[in-house]
Amino acid sequence: MKRRRFLQATASAPALILGGCKAQTITGSIVGGAQRSGHILRQGGPLPTPSRTEKTDVLILGAGIAGLAAARQLNAGKHSNFLVLDLEGQPGGNSQGGSNEVAAYPWGAHYVPLPGPDCREVREFFGEIGLIKGHDAAGRPIYDELSLCADPQERIFIHGQWEEGIVPNVGLTDAELAQFQSFNAEMDHWRTAKGSDGLPAFTLPADRSSRDPDLLALDLQTMGDWMTTKGWTCEPLRWLVDYSCRDDFGGTVDQVSAWAGIHYFASRHSDTANADRETMLTWPEGNAWLVKKLAEHTTDRIRTHTLVLRTTTEGRQVHVDALDVRTGETTRITAKAVVCALPRFIAQRVIGGLQHLPGPLTYSPWIVANLTLDELPPSPGALPAWDSVVYRGPSLGYVNSSHQSLHPVPRRTVITQYDTLCDAPPAKSREWMLTQTHEQWCERVFRSLAAPHPNLRQHTQRLDIWLWGHGMIRPEPGFITGTTRAAMQNYQPPVFFAHSDMSGLSLFEEAYTRGVHAASDLTQWLT
Amino acid sequence: MSDDDSSPTPFANARPWLLLLSVFAIATCGLVYELIAGTLASYLLGDSVTQFSTIIGVYLFAMGVGSYLSRYITGDLISFFIRVEFLIALVGGCSAAFLFLMFGYAASFRIPLYTVVVLIGCLVGMEIPLLLRILEGRFAFKDLVSNVFSFDYIGALLASLLFPLVLVPRLGLVRSAFVFGLINAGVGMLALVMLKHHLKTSGRGLWITGCATSALLVLGIIKADVVTEWGEYAAFPDPVIYAESTPYQRIVLTRRRDDLRLYLNGNLQFSSRDEYRYHEALVHLGLSRLPEARRVLILGGGDGLAAREVLRYPRIESITLVDLDPAMTQLFTTQEMLRQQNASALLSPKVRVENQDAFTWLDTPRGPFDYVIIDFPDPSNFSLGKLYSTTFYQRLAKAMSPNAALVVQSTSPYVARRSFWCVDATLRSCGFQTQPYHALVPSFGEWGFILAARQSMNEEPALPEGLRFVTAEVIRQLLHFPPDMARVDTEINRLNNQALVRYFDEDWAAYLH
Repeated sequence: MKRRRFLQATASAPALILGGCKAQTITGSIVGGAQRSGHILRQGGPLPTPSRTEKTDVLILGAGIAGLAAARQLNAGKHSNFLVLDLEGQPGGNSQGGSNEVAAYPWGAHYVPLPGPDCREVREFFGEIGLIKGHDAAGRPIYDELSLCADPQERIFIHGQWEEGIVPNVGLTDAELAQFQSFNAEMDHWRTAKGSDGLPAFTLPADRSSRDPDLLALDLQTMGDWMTTKGWTCEPLRWLVDYSCRDDFGGTVDQVSAWAGIHYFASRHSDTANADRETMLTWPEGNAWLVKKLAEHTTDRIRTHTLVLRTTTEGRQVHVDALDVRTGETTRITAKAVVCALPRFIAQRVIGGLQHLPGPLTYSPWIVANLTLDELPPSPGALPAWDSVVYRGPSLGYVNSSHQSLHPVPRRTVITQYDTLCDAPPAKSREWMLTQTHEQWCERVFRSLAAPHPNLRQHTQRLDIWLWGHGMIRPEPGFITGTTRAAMQNYQPPVFFAHSDMSGLSLFEEAYTRGVHAASDLTQWLT
Repeated sequence: MSDDDSSPTPFANARPWLLLLSVFAIATCGLVYELIAGTLASYLLGDSVTQFSTIIGVYLFAMGVGSYLSRYITGDLISFFIRVEFLIALVGGCSAAFLFLMFGYAASFRIPLYTVVVLIGCLVGMEIPLLLRILEGRFAFKDLVSNVFSFDYIGALLASLLFPLVLVPRLGLVRSAFVFGLINAGVGMLALVMLKHHLKTSGRGLWITGCATSALLVLGIIKADVVTEWGEYAAFPDPVIYAESTPYQRIVLTRRRDDLRLYLNGNLQFSSRDEYRYHEALVHLGLSRLPEARRVLILGGGDGLAAREVLRYPRIESITLVDLDPAMTQLFTTQEMLRQQNASALLSPKVRVENQDAFTWLDTPRGPFDYVIIDFPDPSNFSLGKLYSTTFYQRLAKAMSPNAALVVQSTSPYVARRSFWCVDATLRSCGFQTQPYHALVPSFGEWGFILAARQSMNEEPALPEGLRFVTAEVIRQLLHFPPDMARVDTEINRLNNQALVRYFDEDWAAYLH
């Protein structure tokens, strides 16, 4: 046999074997289809006219974290006559969750870092729902340990096996190690540093950070460029920071600003009695657990499947035309005031008379996949953790929804894989997303986890995909300190705004704090 | 015996040496089944002298019965003989696998054991008389008797040598039985070939039976691992008498003479020789000092041995035993030999068994209990580590009456010193006053326990009768920790740090390497 023939023969052998056991189709679907109804707004043409009218005191548009926080705040006061409208089938925005017979699982945001003392509103809320059970002698909060991420929190697949933790610090050269040390030292410095105005350099909520111009200047360059000027160029460190930026902001080190990038590492100031600073709060269903707590007294006033078509202000009244996407009926709801807790790109279309923003808004597309597995296939190295990340992998890895379960040896489980599209301009990615079939998504998920789990397909009983076209605001250079975001803070009663995109950071703490403040401002304005 | 001693009828084409070879084979098989039954009985029931002696006695007696019954067989002797061979092949061949499988399920293992022994004995007892009658006229009577019995005894010698030297070490009991079953089936088929002209039927039915039986036995030989894997002969120092994989763990019982041992996931849980030391230490140090205690909660401890100790106090009104694995509590409730270990504690009307995970069980309000015994496996993995966490003890505290105490088995303070003191630190962080103590349990080594209560307890123990280890004087010794086991500072074990599992891993790894 000639050498070339032999090579051809051996090359085709695997294909023959694989062809023989043609991969079976995975059950599941592409969910999160509410965006289709939302596109009514984009198509132009005449909008439906209202066939009935309704009155309420306050209308909250959007049942994401900001909207629900506003509702909860209003409910506690005297303006409990309100309605919350949301297009999705359930409240939560990008903190929704789902469940099946195996487990509850997240569809989006799935953790909150332990909030520091500047997150007063969030800490108060956590106290009210029993997440903070009390304080120790030093005044540090004691958290409900069932909600603290069970150990081990993270693992990384590197050099063919899992290692504990997420830092790729296996087999580093001395030079690389020195870069890690220098980076950590810098972040430790920023974590405690104060700006020239005496405020913490980086904190949450972001707008409570120092306005020191030297610090704000960091917003004008990318995280990648800033790292290069610092000499942090080694691959493992770049990867870690890039991973963190994609995970929190949906953008690479070359797409997000250095201020945002540093903020990720330096803004966690938690002082906790029973956990270390790096510990996360998490639940099997992700932040949908918080959504349930937020909405527990207001569920009766949340109207889902409802698309806001337009909002017009008339004197001291606001008319909101809302389409029930199930019945096709449009209602004109008249309120004394409105909390617009919609992402700005939607608000821009539905809030009448809203000024144009000086610059564009960039939202990152996200893909969340939930895989129901007969078991998490064993792979070499560290045991399963809450979060499993493949070093230099194409996706952001997966969280295991049964990690927080107390039940011993759960065999079946649901894992949630996160993926953000950073390679193409977001608008292009969004178009591309809609062309992909379920099988293509499955293939993408399996490929991205093939290194640690080559036979994941055989263990997958169901795979559902949620496409978030506008998953989160991306803090591109200049956005946090620029005129566009400043313009988003300006609003006139009777319409109040609350959304995390006003912070430039899609974080629970931002959304919650903005929701609470919009509600307080509104209450003050009404009285 | 000579080949030229040919007579025209009735076995013109039957080679006598082949028939005598059959006698030889039959004899070997017959003794092998007897040895397998005897060995199995002493593995599973212990006390090998009694087991062997009764098995041999019953087997020989059953052979006598078979021989006696053979007189009622008339007519087509050959096809009857062939049927008997196939039946022996089936019953004998599957005997070891069947008995292994039955051990866990039969309330009394002796019933299936002796049924099998009597059945095989009867069938084997028929073989020689039938053969003698078939061969009658083929040889002179004196030669016939001499030949048949010579080969019978030579076969017995071969079996008795093969069994300990080759079969048990090489093939194992289960596979040996299948192999010898196949030999029996072979003898039956050989007879079918040689004597086909003397059959009163076409022999088709017999062929089908023979082939089906052989196929089953071959399958048994191939798949014997499934049963012997159960046996895990290699993994344990003593013969494995029972093994079962449940959704939660692997339960293995081993026995060597009077030493019965329980392993869960390969970890020794008790040895029947010294478990009284462990369980007396676990239960009595606390309970003897709680004169008001009426309701006891046992978490883990599905073997019922802790319950047995608790039942020594007549004042105890109820025991709630929460063990995750129904297979465990079932085994220790019904299996006769295991019931002897726990004095049928799990059948006591005072005992209520709940097969649930302790953590989830405590999620709903329970109790209040006056004494809680925590007898979980060592914190060797993250799921078990959760059962030693602050959250767990806080949950448990809500199910305890104000004067209640709890005791935790806390691994070895000698081998895993930090692990032991980590449990202590964790309990104290949950508002308990603790009293650590330790006892020497030879099969385990130096073992540790922590008694914890919110209020201080009675100093003077009121111990029940009949204890073999714990006395008031011994208690004072157990509370004393020599310097090599003395307290060390540790972290508190929480769900979000699993400090204990990490200590446990490191401590034991350091000890074993």
